[in-house]
Amino acid sequence: MTRKEAEAFQTILKNSSSPWMDGSGELGSVVISSRVRLARNLEDVPFPHLLSDNDAGLVLEKVFEAAGRIGEKGFGGPVIRIGLSEISPLDRQVLVEKHLISPQHAEGKAGKGLVLRNDESAAIMVNEEDHLRIQVLRSGLELGEAWVLASGIDDLFEQNLDYAYDERIGYLTCCPTNVGTGIRASVMVHLPALAVANETSRVLTAVNKIGLVVRGLYGEGTEGQGNVFQISNQITLGQSEKEIIENLSLVVRQVVTEEVKVREMLFRNHRIELEDRVFRSLGILSNARRITSDEAIKLWSDLRLGVELSMIPGLEMKDVNEILVLSRPNFVQKVFGTALTAQERDVRRADLIRKHLASRGV
Amino acid sequence: MLCEECGKSQATVHIERIVNGRKMTMHLCRDCAQRSGLMTLGVLFQPSFSINSLMSAFLGSQLETMPSTGPGIEGPRCPVCGMSYRDFARAGRLGCARCYEVFEDRLEPLLRRIHGSDTHVGKAPVGTGERARIRRELEDLRKQLSRAVSQEAYEEAARIRDKIKEFEAQLGGNPA
Repeated sequence: MTRKEAEAFQTILKNSSSPWMDGSGELGSVVISSRVRLARNLEDVPFPHLLSDNDAGLVLEKVFEAAGRIGEKGFGGPVIRIGLSEISPLDRQVLVEKHLISPQHAEGKAGKGLVLRNDESAAIMVNEEDHLRIQVLRSGLELGEAWVLASGIDDLFEQNLDYAYDERIGYLTCCPTNVGTGIRASVMVHLPALAVANETSRVLTAVNKIGLVVRGLYGEGTEGQGNVFQISNQITLGQSEKEIIENLSLVVRQVVTEEVKVREMLFRNHRIELEDRVFRSLGILSNARRITSDEAIKLWSDLRLGVELSMIPGLEMKDVNEILVLSRPNFVQKVFGTALTAQERDVRRADLIRKHLASRGV
Repeated sequence: MLCEECGKSQATVHIERIVNGRKMTMHLCRDCAQRSGLMTLGVLFQPSFSINSLMSAFLGSQLETMPSTGPGIEGPRCPVCGMSYRDFARAGRLGCARCYEVFEDRLEPLLRRIHGSDTHVGKAPVGTGERARIRRELEDLRKQLSRAVSQEAYEEAARIRDKIKEFEAQLGGNPA
């Protein structure tokens, strides 16, 4: 990284408002974001888990060179090339919390890298499970747009690198579960009303039965946190990217319809209880002096529901989504620039959230 | 055991709760458990269809049927990365792109099992795809050439050799 790039990178890490979480896009009141990820590999080079540190470094160099040739014009905006061994473990964890890299990618093995667009809308992981994992993120339900952008970036890399591809089984990936299109499309949804009505499991079990997978906000093991779920495709072979995306969008639309139906019912029949819950949570978030990330995310869900139902004047969707990033443990440490104990973090987190809400006049 | 709630279906969910200091255990069927609202989300999201678990189950059963001792049990290895099929079955990850070719016969049923298909539909790279096609033609032509030579069909062999040169030129300086 040049000095200018390093500065830009630090700005990104301390920024809690990612443009792909700004509440815009289709069905933004339920769908937080859409992501398309393409797995690609280089020909005649072992997959990352078998590479020596030196060879992994060579792959990284090759991909960074290609990214340099693609340039700002190709990516649609300035990008930063980050060798993950050059940055601190804390910075890597902040990238995980901001959903820009996977938890595995943050683990310190040599030769891992990230090509990141300055506005966080595109992030290419280098030497994760596959040599390249091209990710594009959009606010709202915008899978089609995300696919077009990801595919465009993919075309440009392909002009500069020799991909491992087989005419019969498609793009070759480290794990056979990704072979073919190499695509993983996923949508992050907020389903608080279904949770209140105890319907989340019914709806999401049905989603799983038709071959899609449901995970929590931060992947497996975080199911139900903040009533946020990620729904994604599993099958990558035998269906085109377009079919995969259309199928997923269709299912997400059905889930959204169910959520909205229950929200309307709650609003009609239980308005006082609903308002009470939303404003109590707002009260705690805007006044608490100490808060854990678990409590923050629970209250966040109520607050977002309030904004989704236009109950809180002055507070916009992007303001609420920012709290999701603001309350993460590593992000809090990053902002305060020093290692903190869990108790210290709870105090700082409460500070951050309180000031954030106050600056929006609530 | 039958569900304590409906008394009809098999109880597959067992919930332990501490109520007023006393441990209570309930045995319910999935439907009643869901209706009771007692199941935690973690329990509910045991995916009923996960291609990762399908793959592990498939590879697990393959490993069981492989001989565990004796010479040459690892079978052929990939010439690029050195992996054997057994290594793959244990790790669930292949070593390199060439592995798909080397273990083609065993991977095909696996792909059909987890994806329901063994044929790619969708995007193909423009450059690499063309190169792959040429490489395959080259392979074919080289086989034809050795056949022609062994049959002493020298005119035919010369014709094939010209074609090979043409394709090699198309691949540029990187015929590998």
